[in-house]
Amino acid sequence: MFSPFITQATSVRAIMLRVMLALIPAVAVYVWYYGPAILVSLTLASLTALATEAVMLKLRKRPLAPFLGDNSALLTAWLLALSIPPLAPWWLVVVGTAFAISVAKHLYGGLGSNPFNPAMIGYAILIISFPVQMTHWVAPHGLGSLELSLAQQLQYIFGGQLPGGATLDAVTMATPLDTLKTQLHLGREAAEVMGMPIYGHLGGHGSEMVALAILLGGAYLLLTRIITWHLPAAFLATLFATAGIFYLVDPAHYAPPLFHWFSGAAMLGAFFILTDPVTSPTTIKGKFIFAAGAGFLTYIIRVFGGFPDGVAFATLL
Amino acid sequence: MRTLYHFHGGVHPPTNKAQSVRTPIAQAGIPSKLVVPLHQHVGNVAKPAVQVGERVLKGQLFGMPEGSVSSAVHAPTSGTVEAIDMQQVAHPSGLPDLCVTLIPDGKDEWIARRGVDYRSKDAAELRQMLRLAGVVGLGGAVFPSDIKLRAGKHKMTTLVINGAECEPYITCDDMLMRERADEIVAGAEMMRTMLGAEEVLIGIEDNKPEAIAAMQAAVDASGLTRMEVVAVPTIYPGGGAKQLIRVLTGIEVPAGLRSTDLGVQCFNVATAWSAHRAIAHGEPLISRIVTVTGNVERPQNFEVLIGTPLNELLPLAGPRPDTNAHIMGGPMMGVVLPSDKVAVTKATNCIIEGSPALFPPPPAPLPCIRCTRCAEACPADLQPQELYWFAKSKNFGKTQEYHLFDCIECGACSYVCPSSIPLVQYFRFAKSEIWANEREKDAADQARQRHEFRQLRIERDKQEKAEKLAQKEKAALAAKAAPVATPATAPADAPAAAATAPAPAAKPAADDATQALINAAIARAREQAVVVKPKNVENLTPQQQAEIAEIEARRAKVRELSHPEAGQSEE
Repeated sequence: MFSPFITQATSVRAIMLRVMLALIPAVAVYVWYYGPAILVSLTLASLTALATEAVMLKLRKRPLAPFLGDNSALLTAWLLALSIPPLAPWWLVVVGTAFAISVAKHLYGGLGSNPFNPAMIGYAILIISFPVQMTHWVAPHGLGSLELSLAQQLQYIFGGQLPGGATLDAVTMATPLDTLKTQLHLGREAAEVMGMPIYGHLGGHGSEMVALAILLGGAYLLLTRIITWHLPAAFLATLFATAGIFYLVDPAHYAPPLFHWFSGAAMLGAFFILTDPVTSPTTIKGKFIFAAGAGFLTYIIRVFGGFPDGVAFATLL
Repeated sequence: MRTLYHFHGGVHPPTNKAQSVRTPIAQAGIPSKLVVPLHQHVGNVAKPAVQVGERVLKGQLFGMPEGSVSSAVHAPTSGTVEAIDMQQVAHPSGLPDLCVTLIPDGKDEWIARRGVDYRSKDAAELRQMLRLAGVVGLGGAVFPSDIKLRAGKHKMTTLVINGAECEPYITCDDMLMRERADEIVAGAEMMRTMLGAEEVLIGIEDNKPEAIAAMQAAVDASGLTRMEVVAVPTIYPGGGAKQLIRVLTGIEVPAGLRSTDLGVQCFNVATAWSAHRAIAHGEPLISRIVTVTGNVERPQNFEVLIGTPLNELLPLAGPRPDTNAHIMGGPMMGVVLPSDKVAVTKATNCIIEGSPALFPPPPAPLPCIRCTRCAEACPADLQPQELYWFAKSKNFGKTQEYHLFDCIECGACSYVCPSSIPLVQYFRFAKSEIWANEREKDAADQARQRHEFRQLRIERDKQEKAEKLAQKEKAALAAKAAPVATPATAPADAPAAAATAPAPAAKPAADDATQALINAAIARAREQAVVVKPKNVENLTPQQQAEIAEIEARRAKVRELSHPEAGQSEE
């Protein structure tokens, strides 16, 4: 026995659990707007993550119990599941999660030693390898031409069959960010595009509510001191500022900054992805630089890059 | 309202102090035997000043301070010295150290004590008195106080008296302040005059309102204007010297500098009290207040004679049966003692009886997730996770770059680590490895220096010898009537000597200088003859043997010619 003999620390297990708790409001909103498919993804991802982690630990000859119990694999699974389309085929979820845990986490040394966020690596691999499946996002309630029940969603995820022989286009539509990009390319004005039914008050119709729910979760994390304010603040501020500059210069062709805040994975990135302790800087100055860089890059990739959302790549870079 | 400053980090462990301040300080009394270590302070061991079998009085000198950094040790009560030998001492290593074992006679008879007014003595005299009284830092560091009371080159502005007592469970300073505030104040004022400081700030954490009130009353009653009691926020480790100095004065003492270089010195309240008793009452340091708490029925503070074995002190507090450890110090920085047979020393501020419920064993450490909670908690503004990384990979150069030696080992980082990594132990490991390397390097440097000097010395001796011989030769030849160049009995391969052999013996010296040179050369050759062995003297062919015989014959002839009187004997 050696000093200190007392400890106040919240264990790693408890911290990860709290973060997952903070994601619950977002999941709830997700289900409300997009149906229960996301729950399927979450379950699939969780199971794959734990299984992959167990296999890797065995291969690396490490004890299973402490590491499986630290909930870090589960959290990676949840973050990845929330970043990919809910109606994604089951193998997409499985491949992405398995890759994230085995390659991005364990091949680099396991918990604490990975230089890149495993969830984001998983996402990056998927979007590069399977761009079609990754860009088919479910339409929110009321906007799609076909609504699916849970059973039907399950049938699609596992069987690839849609009811009545419908094609995927009936169920999915482009995301708000994607729509904006394409429409702008077609020469329409930003304000006009934003009036389309896909857009709500702040961002996309359904996704803005999810983003708000994530913001709520982020606030919970801040209050319980799981994360500090430096990373989210720097990221959001830079994103806002960059978007703001472009918007002020040419409001016809660029979306307002708040739109960027509440669409895509900006909120998720700010509070849950960037703040991953293993992959983010430890000094305060470092945090500011990292987050500001990510904010700037997110905007650039969104507007000028080939992908609809730049958060994942911005974080990795 | 005084402005207070803040130090970075810090944590708030539950204080657990209320249970041990319900009753006043109790007297622990005289145990059946006392085991007094002679090394209870930083610096050199005290030299024993008594013998086995000697009857001693209370306060009599047991150990004389040795060297500049040392302090004295005294008999805690009257009795007979039973032994002076190695006994296990209160250190986690369990190693023994030199101790004086005293059997009390129950009379508790003092030596002749004489208190003096400190104002009648100068600072140097007072320091010597404190050194001989064994006064050392009672906050736990046990550094000889007389050394700390030397006024440095810098003008001293502030004397800080440390009543913070930030660690949980420990309440000995709290009780001392409540009960003996006036003596603490007197000691503090004496220290102020010795240092020439302008003001005294007594820092007390705000979770001790009674102590603050008692000290305030004492300061008011004393009429001293340059002394102030300051309540500081309760945060661990606010009682660290550098931290308290920063909170009270805003001065940050950087690494490598002493606080006196910046005009500040810091002493514990108990040290101030002890210094007062030593000067004003002539009482050496033979007892201290010890908090006994934790898994006991009656947690409280005791005034304990130094050398009291724990197994005679602890029963006074009623330890519960499921006690599984004796911790000396607090839960953040304390150490586990090897047994309850060890004795109380000047450093024992608190004994916590541990149990599995009170201090459960920590979970197995997980890898570091770089959450930086440790860096947020560090009061020395360090990056513990980086230090851990480097210490683990034994990259000691990097640990020093990240200021490893500024770590005060307070344990705040380990306290907050979600992966339960014992960070302080890694830092201690790194520090001791670095020290061990330094010692090895020093030893190697010394060995090299000694070797080099030895080589030098040998050379020098050779030279001196050669010169001496030269002088001798010169003197010997000068004494003779006809200076003659005596051929040396040189071996076959000394060409210089051989060259002179065939030549006619008498060589009248042109002048003394040349002669001296020649003599010196001969002397050198003689010396070399001792060192240089003739080669190829084994297995000589008959031809070689004949040659040698011829040369020898010629030599003999020459010798005969140059020393006709000696020639007969050599023939």
